[in-house]
Amino acid sequence: MSFLVDIYKTLSDAIYINLIKEDRYLLFIKGLGVSLKLTVYAAMLGVIIGLLVAFARMTKNKVLNKVASLYINLIRGTPAVVQLVIIYYAILGSSSLPKIVIASVAFGINSGAYVAELIRAGIQAVDKGQMEAARSLGFSYGQSMRYIIIPQAVKNILPALVSEFIVLLKETAIAGYIALDDLTRMGDIVRSRTFDAYTPFIIVALIYLYVTSILTYFLGKLERRMSISD
Amino acid sequence: MIKVVNLHKSFGELEVLKGINTEIKKGEVVCIIGASGSGKSTFLRCLNLLEEPTEGDIYIDGLSIKELGKDINRLRQRLGMVFQQFNLFPHMTVMDNVTLAPIKLKKQEPKVAQEKAISLLRKVGLPDKDHVYPNQLSGGQKQRVAIARALAMDPDIMLFDEPTSALDPEMVGEVLQVMQQLAMEGMTMIVVTHEMGFAREVADRILFMDDGIIAEEETPEEIFNNAKEERTRAFLSRVL
Repeated sequence: MSFLVDIYKTLSDAIYINLIKEDRYLLFIKGLGVSLKLTVYAAMLGVIIGLLVAFARMTKNKVLNKVASLYINLIRGTPAVVQLVIIYYAILGSSSLPKIVIASVAFGINSGAYVAELIRAGIQAVDKGQMEAARSLGFSYGQSMRYIIIPQAVKNILPALVSEFIVLLKETAIAGYIALDDLTRMGDIVRSRTFDAYTPFIIVALIYLYVTSILTYFLGKLERRMSISD
Repeated sequence: MIKVVNLHKSFGELEVLKGINTEIKKGEVVCIIGASGSGKSTFLRCLNLLEEPTEGDIYIDGLSIKELGKDINRLRQRLGMVFQQFNLFPHMTVMDNVTLAPIKLKKQEPKVAQEKAISLLRKVGLPDKDHVYPNQLSGGQKQRVAIARALAMDPDIMLFDEPTSALDPEMVGEVLQVMQQLAMEGMTMIVVTHEMGFAREVADRILFMDDGIIAEEETPEEIFNNAKEERTRAFLSRVL
């Protein structure tokens, strides 16, 4: 019995110093806010870049093609944390832009490469006969894309895009490298004050898990809806 | 109406069409037969430029398709095409499948296009399927919708690329019947087919293709009873 009492005491002490004392739970909430904001900004930028790059890769223009695949290979072939640090120190860090903006740009550029490939794969997964049928009726290439191909591709792309956002949210945990106070870094800050090595990070992990679980739930719903209207 | 002169088509090293010459007149029904890989479908797909010829030319009403440029889209409006795999648009109802092109390309009033669609669907024997999505239709029904969709653009010529090859045997008849009716109404038709019964009964002329050329070109009676070429006879003895 005394064994259980010990565990209870240790746990409540840990929760007290890491969450309650000096209102430290506010740090986690603030960090989560930063992480979510960063993810949303980066995702929006990523979708815009992804769309442009996907179409650049699919046009017949050889220069655009080359630039687009160079970008994709560069981003996918190097660690996100290295890209972040390079963009921070070498490119945007000398300006007076807020860190969240710099991080959003870095993660947006990173995510754009993956989104571009998702979009391209989603469009190419539409049966070749669809384009032929549309062209044979007299639609131009652009009209065929607009009325026939893209509406079908969206069903392939949307669920994959939500997965990409889940990945992106977790990926932003490296934003602490440029001293942006995101959720993970807040865990580190709390650790440095309480000298409790792992409780803050278990709290951080649970928060990430909670948010990604919500997103995964919606992803499941979305996937089911997309397959029904097929 | 269509004149084909020395048409060649290669895919990389592989030469599929090796010099096709023929002419198709208004109101004619021409069936193209031949073994798999003889170039039948490629020839048909060259006629509306789904495949770009490597050499030679095709004249439609005297105009060379090489000089079309952007007008290719206008030309294709005059050439309806029906595919082996139907290629209906799965995200649209049957009605929208049939009316999309007339509304967007011919700027028809939706109401006018829909009335036309209803009468076309009645013609292909599917008067009550307008609100249904393609995945709720059988293969034979899909192909009949595809025919209605092509007819909605009022084409001068209909191209059929093995329209019954992807169908279960019991559904072949319903599609051939629609095509036969179309032929009787005087539509100019070019049909790539393995249905010898249909070719014999409906065609005005049969092109037998072998190894990238038209090996023999004759009326059905001549081809089926009195083929001049040894390879035509060999092919027919294999398929009949």
